[in-house]
Amino acid sequence: MMLDAPLAPEADSVERPEREAKSRLAIIDGDFHPGLRQLADLKPYLPAHAWEVLTTYGMRRRHGMSFEPYPKSAPLACRRDAWPEGGGRPGSNLELIQRQYLDAYGVAFAIMGPLGISGQSEINLDLSVALASATNDWQRDFFTRPDPRLRSAIVVPYEDGAASAREIERCAPDPAYAQVFMLTRTGEPAGNRRYWPIYEAAERHGLPVALHVFGASGHPYTGSGWPSYYVEEGAGHSTSCQTAVTSLVIEGVFERFPKLKVVLVEGGFAWLAPLSWRLDKLYERMRGEVPHLKRKPSEYIREHIWVTTQPIEEPAEPRHLFEMMELVGWDRLLFASDYPHWDFDDPLRAFPAGLAPDRRRQILSANAKAVYRLP
Amino acid sequence: MSQDSSQDLRKDWAGAIDCDLHPRMPTARALRAYMDEHWRHIAEVRGINAWESIAYPPNAPLTVRPDWRAGGADADPVKAAQATLDRFGFAHAICNCLFPVQAFRDENLAAAFARALNDWLAEEWLARDARLRGSVVLPMQSPERAVEEIERRAGDRRFVQVLMLVFGERPLGKSAYWPVYAAAERHGFTVGIHAGSSYHLPVTGSGWPTYYLEDYAAQALGFQTQVGSLVSEGVFAKFPQLKVVLMESGVAWLPPYLWRLSKFWRGVRIEVPWVDRPPDEIVRQHVRLTTQPFDGPPGAAHIGRLMDQLQSDEMLLFATDFPHWQYDGDDMLPSGLAPDVRRKILADNALATYPRLSET
Repeated sequence: MMLDAPLAPEADSVERPEREAKSRLAIIDGDFHPGLRQLADLKPYLPAHAWEVLTTYGMRRRHGMSFEPYPKSAPLACRRDAWPEGGGRPGSNLELIQRQYLDAYGVAFAIMGPLGISGQSEINLDLSVALASATNDWQRDFFTRPDPRLRSAIVVPYEDGAASAREIERCAPDPAYAQVFMLTRTGEPAGNRRYWPIYEAAERHGLPVALHVFGASGHPYTGSGWPSYYVEEGAGHSTSCQTAVTSLVIEGVFERFPKLKVVLVEGGFAWLAPLSWRLDKLYERMRGEVPHLKRKPSEYIREHIWVTTQPIEEPAEPRHLFEMMELVGWDRLLFASDYPHWDFDDPLRAFPAGLAPDRRRQILSANAKAVYRLP
Repeated sequence: MSQDSSQDLRKDWAGAIDCDLHPRMPTARALRAYMDEHWRHIAEVRGINAWESIAYPPNAPLTVRPDWRAGGADADPVKAAQATLDRFGFAHAICNCLFPVQAFRDENLAAAFARALNDWLAEEWLARDARLRGSVVLPMQSPERAVEEIERRAGDRRFVQVLMLVFGERPLGKSAYWPVYAAAERHGFTVGIHAGSSYHLPVTGSGWPTYYLEDYAAQALGFQTQVGSLVSEGVFAKFPQLKVVLMESGVAWLPPYLWRLSKFWRGVRIEVPWVDRPPDEIVRQHVRLTTQPFDGPPGAAHIGRLMDQLQSDEMLLFATDFPHWQYDGDDMLPSGLAPDVRRKILADNALATYPRLSET
């Protein structure tokens, strides 16, 4: 099994200044990516046959690559200073994570979102199920147990709705798990009923469902085929978020599961208001097609959807950003860092000057408490 | 309509240029009259009588506004003019044909139907009202065939634009399409990208949405994809005169998308060195959008915020999107526009966007 990038490029030994303490704010991060030290970390959690298949055939993703079809701007899309000196991937060394991120910023909780060899996007559903399950045990043992600030996610093999619901049932009794974790590029739009067992189980356990950008659906990334460049993929993540929100709302998922909470992760947020307007207008014209909806799309969105802020949009005029924050709803915005990736948002610097201190506190900390299952 | 109310309307709208008007499409059978012997024979033998995509279900509410449906207002140019040009005193209307030429998987068949469709438009609509202008529908299945169609129609100055759909087989910035842009630029054609899909691929990156409502909503995402593609592939660096008009999918989504695209470009620009200035700046120079459907809450606050976020009053082009049901009555533009901005949107911006419009 080939890992897709060298595990230790030149380490950057420059220490970041300790910035902690001053903030005093219990930051809650909605998007933290744990990494494997080595593939064998997963072995104890995998059935022998799954390990055999994984190491013989590798992960076969629904876009035809073992890793990602767009080479990133940095190895594994990670900060160059986040590679542990002793080896292993960024996000795998607890001491470095603590020193560089958790302690340095005073992070109270970081919600994990495992990417990579976690079974999601895998064509072979049996392998997908086994890897998701192993990833969930690994997160708990390697991260949440030794440092309870790092909260686990229930990674689900979402193309198999029944198996996903079973995985939620298996993990949910353990308070280590803060959320259910999917990717936005599902094989059918996210509101399709094949995914309803996931939403049903998540709702039953009071767990939010995160839809993180990326994933391989089995279709080209856009309705007009494959773009050429990473810059297009990156900017275009917001379109996969809009597809997911549209589908969840219009298919009636929130009528069916009225307590369900959904978080869109790593797609920014400013697109959400224009999407709401567009859906409301179309609903006004064509509600006859969707009689299962009882309210305007914007009302479902306002009640059930949260968005993480990273990578935060950067209009030339900060007032434009504040306008969109206001329209999305100050209580709907959750800070996310995306540590250890290259486009990391620094919790102390990501928001432009002019954001009122109480708004900043709300986004960095308070809002998340209403969403995630935290101790 | 009384004479008085018509005069009132004309005071507000006279001279406007409607950049998106849709003639009712002929059947595939009716287009045979515009085909040569060979293709007429093929269409007859193979029984190509009806050819309809799922883009505009004929009976769907959005497809024809109820009062226009009742009167058959889109059936011919005389009726269409009564409902739009005559009533408001527009100077011009640009006709965009939505017969799904793009849905053919056979590029030769597509080219044959594109020729027939464009000739049909010239004869059945453009020849019957001197205010009407047309778009050349392109068989984008084959860039070579698309270029042939541009060359074939370039001499007819009533055609001011070439027309493609927002969802095709590949993102529109790809270099395979550059000969199309070269031909368009050479002849002074504006490139129009309209809502709609060839349906060679599902409309979303997550497959086929269940409802028509979702399909139509997804069109705006297609435009986001195409803006990203045209900029990132360097189309505007290669064709500095090119103007692209995005039609029938709203405008409010653009600023948030550009904030993302420009930010990512700052982060990963080594990948696309030919993009040598911020994407939002490139888009403000080269990309225009039609105003219907206009997505957003009613009121001056919204339109003011939107114009401020666009950072340009030259990007919006007035359109009725007739006969689609995007608005009721005469509410063709959002209220609250400053008079000088309104004038630009109604006519000046279109004149600056369509060079061939000033030639006729």
